[in-house]
Amino acid sequence: MTKRGSMSDSGEIWVIGEQRLGRLEEVSLELLSKGMALSQSMGVTLSAVLLGDEVEEIARELVFHGAEKVYLLEDARLRYYQSEAYARLLAGVIKEREPQVVLIGATEIGKELAPKVAAKLRTGLTAHCIDLYVGEVDAAPQLIHVVPGWGGNLVMHIICPQKRPQMATVKPGVLLKAARDENRKGKIIRVKPDIGDKDFSRIETLEMIEESPKGKPLESADIVVCGGWGMNALGDFSMLQELADILGGAIAGTRPATDKGWVDEDRMIGQSGKTVSPGLFVSLGASGAMHYTTGFMGSKVVLGVDQNPQAPIFQMADIGIVGDLREVLPCLIEELKKDRMPEKL
Amino acid sequence: MGLEILVCIKQVPHPDHFSEIQVDVGRGRVIGAGIPVIMNPLDRHALEEALRNKERFSGRITVIRMGRPRLQKAVEEALAMGADRAVLLYDTAFAGPDTLATAFTLFHAIQRLGKFDLIYCGNETVDSGTAQVGPQLAELLDIPQVSSVQEVSFVDEKSLEVRRAWEHGHMKVRLKLPTLLSVTRDINTPRLPTVQGIMGVPQKEVIIWNAEAIQAPLENVGLNGSSIYATGVHEFRAGRRREIMQGSTGEKVRRAVARLKELGAI
Repeated sequence: MTKRGSMSDSGEIWVIGEQRLGRLEEVSLELLSKGMALSQSMGVTLSAVLLGDEVEEIARELVFHGAEKVYLLEDARLRYYQSEAYARLLAGVIKEREPQVVLIGATEIGKELAPKVAAKLRTGLTAHCIDLYVGEVDAAPQLIHVVPGWGGNLVMHIICPQKRPQMATVKPGVLLKAARDENRKGKIIRVKPDIGDKDFSRIETLEMIEESPKGKPLESADIVVCGGWGMNALGDFSMLQELADILGGAIAGTRPATDKGWVDEDRMIGQSGKTVSPGLFVSLGASGAMHYTTGFMGSKVVLGVDQNPQAPIFQMADIGIVGDLREVLPCLIEELKKDRMPEKL
Repeated sequence: MGLEILVCIKQVPHPDHFSEIQVDVGRGRVIGAGIPVIMNPLDRHALEEALRNKERFSGRITVIRMGRPRLQKAVEEALAMGADRAVLLYDTAFAGPDTLATAFTLFHAIQRLGKFDLIYCGNETVDSGTAQVGPQLAELLDIPQVSSVQEVSFVDEKSLEVRRAWEHGHMKVRLKLPTLLSVTRDINTPRLPTVQGIMGVPQKEVIIWNAEAIQAPLENVGLNGSSIYATGVHEFRAGRRREIMQGSTGEKVRRAVARLKELGAI
């Protein structure tokens, strides 16, 4: 057996389960699939932690998706994400049970919670990892955190050799989701949350409001049609919407397109927006700056259309069409319409 | 008496020039020399919110930045926009930090500066984009913090209600001063510096402190204070087919559609 170096301890791998208003976030399933792979290669237990109010059913879902244990902290006051209470409770349960790896989704909430917990524990935290694996560094096995940098132009390999637990936030929408299997068995371990008024006196979430998304949801779409600055030539997104409708896809935009108001801000693709991994990603009129392309790199097939043959988008595309969108887009719509029309009635 | 407000700013390479950044794979470093720099875009929103608070309640705005004192573009812009003074933290001991070591450097400087009612940060930077320094600094200062802030309303001079974004909506959070807020671009539209503002920059106070000046224990800051290390930097390779369709527009489109079908994408 190889020397395990600084990874010799038997501490568990933890995934922080994220539930919002009683529903499990998809990213938790992505963390569990990676957690399972890591727990196998490291030979340790995969556990999840879940905070909330009456969320035992979600704890069971975490088991069905691969958690061997779930530490469950339930309290009526934990119904919403509460910054100080969540951070203190998580740091407490981590200190007590000493996992060696803690993975958190790089969601709007995870990105706030993880650094607070890491600061309390004075340990290392990597941000928005796109992969994690066990590799060798200087002849010692290490958990390699793969992090995109400089707008996704580069990837960095990062290690946390000394401090434990090593923590990472993981970019949602990049990793595969764990499959559900109701036959999976796991232990649900209740941990009584020790909270009081002091946890809510300086800061308290009063309300968590869900806004129903307009149009077809982006994250679950199998086809995403995304427009960039080049859509300027067409004035707006109406033709892009038509293409998306024919394909049964969702629409999205780059930063310049959302700035223009052609598409809602919550449909922005890229480093500071959403990451999607659909079966087909169609990029229209975007040159392919890396802070944009990082948002769809996990897509199965990419079709890129831009008028500049030198545009980096063609390095990121499986199929490329160089041409003027005012000609290409109507032609593409017609071609696909033809296709959808039955030959004879 | 007004509000004492601190705004944390960072100078970053211009995102339009990211593709020019070179990699020294051997040393695991990125080389960004010669690339134009700007104030991190979200930090301008952070400063704008501070300026609006000051206009309403009076007070003083200090901006703080880590980095080489001779590259002052971000600081000059902040002072021209209306910040009252700037603090620059520079020491070779501060180099190579992870986010917690950065937070510690700021923390030690704040210990010397004194108490602040409000600290603003941009929610994330365009370069590393971790969004971690704000929450970690707040932890070290033991004050409440909120990320992804879209709107700030004062309930009274000692408490706020903020609107904060999450994936499927927003949250309303009540909090007491002192506090640290990490803001998004939704919060406001930053002003441009006026000619008067630009002319006034040389008269403003710029403090330059090293590790000794802020009594930063060397085990807390820079590479020494960091728990995580880059072991390598690699260019990201997409591994795509890169097939460019040829012919007239009609032919290109027909060929593309046919290929997408073969690949099972439509």
